[in-house]
Amino acid sequence: MPRLLFEKTGKAVWISHLDLMRLFQRAFKRAGLQLKHTQGFNPRPSVSIALPLSVGVESRCELLDFDLDGQDIQPEEILTRLNTALVDGVRVLQVYESGRKLRDLALLSCVVTLEYDNGVGADTADAIEKLFSRESLPVSKKSKNGPVEQDIIPMIRNLEIRQADDSTVEIHALICCQNPSMNPMQLSGAVERYLPEYRPDNAVCRRVELYDNQETIFR
Amino acid sequence: MTNLLQRVLPTVQKPARYTGGEFNEIKKDLADVRVRVAFCFPDTYEIGMSNVGMRILYGVMNRMDGVWCERVFAPWGDMEEAMEKHSLPLWALESQSPVKDFDMIAFTIGYEMCYTNILNMLRLAQVPLHAKDRQGLKNIVFAGGVCAFNPEPLADFVDFFSLGEGEEITPEILSLYDRAKAEDWSKDQFLAAVSQIPGIYVPSFYAHEYAPDGTLARVVPSQGAPETVTKRIIEDLDSAYFPTKMIVPSTEIVHDRANLEVFRGCIRGCRFCQAGFSCRPVRKKSAHVLYRQAVETLEDSGHNEITLSSLSTSDYRHLKELTDAMIPYCADHKVNLSVPSLRADNFSRELMQRLQTLRKSGLTFAPEAGTQRLRDVINKNLTEEEILNSCTNAFAGGWNNVKLYFMLGLPTETDEDVLGIADLVYKIIQAWKEHAVNKKRGLRVHVATAYFVPKPHTPFQWEAQITPEEYLRRAKLLKNHFYSKSIEYNYHEPDLSRLEAVFARGDRRVGPVIEEAMKRGARLDGWDEYFSYKTWLEAFEACGVDPDFYTVRGYGQDELLPWDMIDVGVSKAFLLRERKKAYGAVVTPDCREGCSGCGANCLLKEVDCDA
Repeated sequence: MPRLLFEKTGKAVWISHLDLMRLFQRAFKRAGLQLKHTQGFNPRPSVSIALPLSVGVESRCELLDFDLDGQDIQPEEILTRLNTALVDGVRVLQVYESGRKLRDLALLSCVVTLEYDNGVGADTADAIEKLFSRESLPVSKKSKNGPVEQDIIPMIRNLEIRQADDSTVEIHALICCQNPSMNPMQLSGAVERYLPEYRPDNAVCRRVELYDNQETIFR
Repeated sequence: MTNLLQRVLPTVQKPARYTGGEFNEIKKDLADVRVRVAFCFPDTYEIGMSNVGMRILYGVMNRMDGVWCERVFAPWGDMEEAMEKHSLPLWALESQSPVKDFDMIAFTIGYEMCYTNILNMLRLAQVPLHAKDRQGLKNIVFAGGVCAFNPEPLADFVDFFSLGEGEEITPEILSLYDRAKAEDWSKDQFLAAVSQIPGIYVPSFYAHEYAPDGTLARVVPSQGAPETVTKRIIEDLDSAYFPTKMIVPSTEIVHDRANLEVFRGCIRGCRFCQAGFSCRPVRKKSAHVLYRQAVETLEDSGHNEITLSSLSTSDYRHLKELTDAMIPYCADHKVNLSVPSLRADNFSRELMQRLQTLRKSGLTFAPEAGTQRLRDVINKNLTEEEILNSCTNAFAGGWNNVKLYFMLGLPTETDEDVLGIADLVYKIIQAWKEHAVNKKRGLRVHVATAYFVPKPHTPFQWEAQITPEEYLRRAKLLKNHFYSKSIEYNYHEPDLSRLEAVFARGDRRVGPVIEEAMKRGARLDGWDEYFSYKTWLEAFEACGVDPDFYTVRGYGQDELLPWDMIDVGVSKAFLLRERKKAYGAVVTPDCREGCSGCGANCLLKEVDCDA
């Protein structure tokens, strides 16, 4: 099944996962690309997104699998046509015949930006660094049955704290995104919970790249 | 750093409805813009973006040189709270600029119970509520839509109303404003000039005087404003502007599909229906124009569903020609074609089979009244035989689901009429027992009753609304006669319909009640989550206004009505004739069987009424 890599930035970060699926289905139609439909009582166009993205999170590494209905169109052509049919902020970066099996997807690199309106305190970066060197760090995560506690330390492959400017600190991390998985927002969640005195005024999250277990880029 | 809105968005439900940025959204360079219009829909994004009228006028305004029209919707409660907390003024989606920075603020009003939303949106925009408190040409507030056919409840707040269909009048208004702004006119100067555009009603130019008994005694126009204002219509729909490049929302809305209006007006004349009279005369649209617009809209938007809409789509003359063309196109392109509000005639049944809409929705009827006598009173030309025939056919075809809609409190209604609803339902159950091919799952009959609201510009515009207590008595009487397990009966609570009746026929004295209710927290009244009857009753009390004056009192036939200076085309003499016939239970055949002389054809100069 063909796959495409796309980014979701700007205003588009506020589009939910289900709405994004609908948006792509319509964009394919606008681009004159007929999607294959699922069989059954209520046929649906077949598109699926690898890792659902939380509302408000930016990403440069989203994967979407799709299946065209009998049309033989070059990947470059699909990319060009889709990009004129999509909304600002959703942009296809690459289209290819088929990708790796999704079960091999294991790791996600992400950046969480912590914003301090009154400036970053001198010891903030150190305190955060220290927090993530703990043995265990239970943080709650939203699930279908309400919030659940999860120790995030075993799911962080590596982590680096950078002070970007006077008012922002960035957490660059490589984390597990499948079996088991954590949400990057749990990184700022940990700061808020365990370091109330370093609680940021706002936190923004960005997905950067996907990897397999050997830390090879996943496509 | 993130801005304030970006920080608020993660904290609210469905943030995408506040950001704009959808496909086909229109952006302009402010350097080229002379007139900025904030086009406000007084309900949420999901409701407003489903409104075809708003989409047409968005296109109409934005294709004007120097005009940029942007959209504004009512925020949901969580967003309103966040806006108040952070002093974030209401903004327009396209530019994200505050509404208070706009030249003109336009509202489209389709429902009386969104009046508090209008005031609340002005308040959240930090724009003065009262027209007299807004000085100069900035923030001129104007409004249109069906509720503008009785504009008086909003007279204190809205600078002027635009009556009828907006495709032609709106550019006239904006061009005048453009000139007024360039020549630095005063607001009074602009209002005087705009009141000369046919179809414009400037409420501050009409003084209302009341008699000692509280009824309206006199309306005195001033500043050269016309004595009656006649609504505007589009004569030739084929050549009228229709945007085929429509905004495609990035988040789900109520009617998430393309929507094509096949004709305007109605030939039916159901005596309770405001749209049926106020949208006359009937004007056709050609099947080939509709087909072209359907294809263009679908290809541009990527929608997988299209609706053919109108007040009664079965009455569209070229429905067969249009659907014959559209069904193959839709099948090829995997698009659902939906044709709602079909009548129970043979062609429609066959069409429903072809569209397979029966499979999805089952059968829905709106007999509105339980006995033939009362259906004749309201001129609802639907017979028991037609209903039972359709049901029998559907049951024989394997369907086991029927929805029936009625009203309680219609003029001349007796207990016999109320119980006639139960009789009809039992006849349907009997038909199912005799004809159903698949009885295993049983039959579901959903019955819903609404509380009749008399509306302006209908033959029932003078009628008294029954009291809420009487409505509930009738609803309970009916409920006591439903003892089959197959029946699911829901009756609307009377509170909302009582208020709707007040504002539908209200005069200027109900304006302060709307303001008071809004200040006491009333908003989003059309939503169960927010509607508070208690708040409204307190507001009436505080303003010393008696709702009964507008509901159970009824209006005298010789009384000056608050909306008498608005001419929708249908004459008062015709409405009176129809009222008289209603009392004699005499039906008026539909306009195609013979013209009943409603008078709306006088609005046409170039074409004939297509009824």
